[in-house]
Amino acid sequence: MPSAKKTLLINALLVSTLIFSACSSSKNTSSENASEQRNNRPSNAELEEIYWARIDSSKMNFTEADVKFMTGMIGHHAQALIMSRLAPENGASSQVQTLAARIINAQKDEIASMQTWLRDRDQPVPEVHIEGLNLMIHGAGMDHSNHMNMAGMLSQEQLVELSEAKGKEFDRLFLTYMIQHHQGAVTMVKTLISTDGAAQDEQAFRLSTDINVDQITEIERMKLMLNKIESESKD
Amino acid sequence: MKLNKLTKTGVFKSVWIFLFSAALMTYACSSTEPMMDVDYTSPTVNSLSNVDSPTPDPRVGLGAGLFDAEEAIWNLNKLSSTPPPEAFLGVTNSDLAFKGKYAIQGNYNGVLVWDISDPANPVLVKDYLCPASQSDVSVYGDLMFVSGEGLSGRLDCGTEGVQQAVSDERLRGIRIFDISNIEEPEYVANVQTCRGSHTHSVLKDPNDDENVYVYVSGSASVRPEEELPGCSDMSPDDDPNSALFRIEVIKVPLSNPEMSKIVSSPRIFEDLKAPPTHGMSPADAIEIEKARKAGAFIIEFNGQETVVPDRFVTQLMSNALGVQGEPTAADSAALREQLPAIVARMFGGGDGDSEEDDRGGPTQCHDITLYPEIGLAGGACEGYGLLLDISDPANPTRIDAVADSNFSYWHSATFSNDGKKVLFTDEWGGGGQPKCREADPMEWGANAIFTIENGKMEFQEYYKLPAPQTSQENCVAHNGSMIPVPGREIMVQSWYQGGISVFDWTDPNNPIEIAFQDYGPIAADRMANGGSWSVYWYNGAIVSSEIARGLDIFELEATPYITQNEIDAANTVKLEYLNAQGQPKFVWPKTFALSKAYVDQLERNKELDNTAVKMARQSLANAEAANPKVRKKILTELADKMDGMASDNEKVKMLAESVRGLASNQ
Repeated sequence: MPSAKKTLLINALLVSTLIFSACSSSKNTSSENASEQRNNRPSNAELEEIYWARIDSSKMNFTEADVKFMTGMIGHHAQALIMSRLAPENGASSQVQTLAARIINAQKDEIASMQTWLRDRDQPVPEVHIEGLNLMIHGAGMDHSNHMNMAGMLSQEQLVELSEAKGKEFDRLFLTYMIQHHQGAVTMVKTLISTDGAAQDEQAFRLSTDINVDQITEIERMKLMLNKIESESKD
Repeated sequence: MKLNKLTKTGVFKSVWIFLFSAALMTYACSSTEPMMDVDYTSPTVNSLSNVDSPTPDPRVGLGAGLFDAEEAIWNLNKLSSTPPPEAFLGVTNSDLAFKGKYAIQGNYNGVLVWDISDPANPVLVKDYLCPASQSDVSVYGDLMFVSGEGLSGRLDCGTEGVQQAVSDERLRGIRIFDISNIEEPEYVANVQTCRGSHTHSVLKDPNDDENVYVYVSGSASVRPEEELPGCSDMSPDDDPNSALFRIEVIKVPLSNPEMSKIVSSPRIFEDLKAPPTHGMSPADAIEIEKARKAGAFIIEFNGQETVVPDRFVTQLMSNALGVQGEPTAADSAALREQLPAIVARMFGGGDGDSEEDDRGGPTQCHDITLYPEIGLAGGACEGYGLLLDISDPANPTRIDAVADSNFSYWHSATFSNDGKKVLFTDEWGGGGQPKCREADPMEWGANAIFTIENGKMEFQEYYKLPAPQTSQENCVAHNGSMIPVPGREIMVQSWYQGGISVFDWTDPNNPIEIAFQDYGPIAADRMANGGSWSVYWYNGAIVSSEIARGLDIFELEATPYITQNEIDAANTVKLEYLNAQGQPKFVWPKTFALSKAYVDQLERNKELDNTAVKMARQSLANAEAANPKVRKKILTELADKMDGMASDNEKVKMLAESVRGLASNQ
């Protein structure tokens, strides 16, 4: 999208001009000018206008890689929801149920954040529909095969296998597949940040970093849980 | 210095009292008659077990707005609210540091320096444009340190970002500024690190006056080797120089900061085995006992006792025992007997400890709080809270680790002043998510309080902001600091758009909120990033860095839960500088405020009877009004009496000691 890129560049220039001009106008170095500062300060209404203008223009500082990441990660997260929702009815242990509940809570919120991020930038917003084990993503120009090809995604066969496992076997399979799934997300973040121009946007950087850190933390926790299960079954 | 407003009024008052009492004094000195009692006022004190928090909670349902949001405030007095300068507006305000009369506020666009000597009118003295996230700031002596983590930070402080994935213009690490003239900081050096600096902590070794150490925690992805040689994100098993599983320690020669460099990368996480999850909280244990007494079915599951839900019991009765209809007493007894076997069948049972873990554990810390006076640091490192020995600053070593299945992401640590307790926060969701909604568990995204005994941490209780927030408000436990109220653990803490919460955790099992402030959401119809990033006590002022709205300054209001004497005593602590991640040890000068604060606490906790409380207050009032010689006599007598009453009550001993110290100052 060369034209979109051009707009981005212009917007980026605009932002920096705004910042520079604003900066040169706020020159206060004496500690005696509190009242002067207050008198010269724009009214709160004016400040609010500047605030929202800046928030809006900062949203234009993104690339195709960022959009691709958000769009893909929504589908990726949605599959984690499908997997986690199986935990209570498949006799997962309380630890795995807690983990699954936390994954649902965290990833639902992150899906909403990523949808907002796309909506705010006038990009197609994927809507997630889940029916049992079936994931449908609408509205983002992504077909089924597209989102199934992302790193770490489970095949439909693997999902069925998971849905049929019970109790301890479910725990083992859930942890194994969720580690694989999370590692895929970490790979997606790595791909994002090794792309020129990507994640310059504060929100995109933060979202991707938070996903990275949360999932690395969870991978380590799940590895420990899995080791425990496996060493027990050897006894 | 209007920060000392309270003390100043105090001085005027005492001058007046002095003149007034001069008359009394002459009388007292020239006479052998006992001195007349002077008038005094007793503060109202109430037990913390009975805090009358406003109901319904006024924080629920506040109207939205950037500068005109509705606001709920309880037991705090807002002194000022100052928006950021235009160039920094709409860009995230982050952490705070303090030096002298200045508050230094990080912002993703650079650094703001505020003169807060009049907290009702902070004056911006410098807006230094030098973008980087998160711009976590610290000070030591003439130096200021600023963290850079994001991909768009530039060595030349330019605002255009860095478009190339590999670039020699990018700064991810620590920027160092000379602030000998704080109103004109000079960028003198930087130290690049593999993962950038999300946060950092400055350590002043008590035995080394020539260097300080900066512990760098980075949580973002590892930079490509082509950008910074030696950076590797491989597993340490495959590459011993991996940037994962370690923190970085930078040594900064104070007289030559350009020579700052990484001197070690301690692998403080090495060999962390399966997280030793803490046991039940005392409250849970009480619940279990209650349930047991009420005849509930209790099973041991993963090493912890759990009450079997009724619904499940009915199912077990019919499925496992074939009981139809209402179960009899015999059915219950049979189930009780067979339950452990049934559970083992269903869930695999047993919870033997694994001996053969992979390299588990965290790959990095989010934040490390250093407490050099006690030689300890609290590391909040992904899935773990660590206790570190920092007596050798370049080589911290781990002495204990705790994990918690309710904790998502260990974020930061705060010690009690005596170092016997530590509070960790869980920044669940990373701070950008709304984790304080009605349905979000109170154990998730909360604080966890531990006691420290012989280098081991023992879990006690959680504390989470008690007011539910909307889904338009990012909210989770975040930065805070201790307020130096003597004899108590009182902390002020940021909860992003959940606002500010002041709570008492003296009793680690019963943390309780005693003050708060909260704005409505920034926007009613969408999540806009905002709220208090950090709030710290600094020389009587409670200063909050509001992500979107700017700088807010508060002071405590006297209430039955924290009296004016306790506030006055806190305000006798004077810091020359503050980095909250380098926790200072508070030392209280022996003042009347200190002794009076202890008396108030003894009354509140009913550790002294009313007669003794009255006697102590009267003696202190008389002493304050008397001439130095008489004052010394009265105080010594009071100290003796208190020692006599103390028996093994620590607080009475502290009162006696403070009164004796006051006497010897006369």
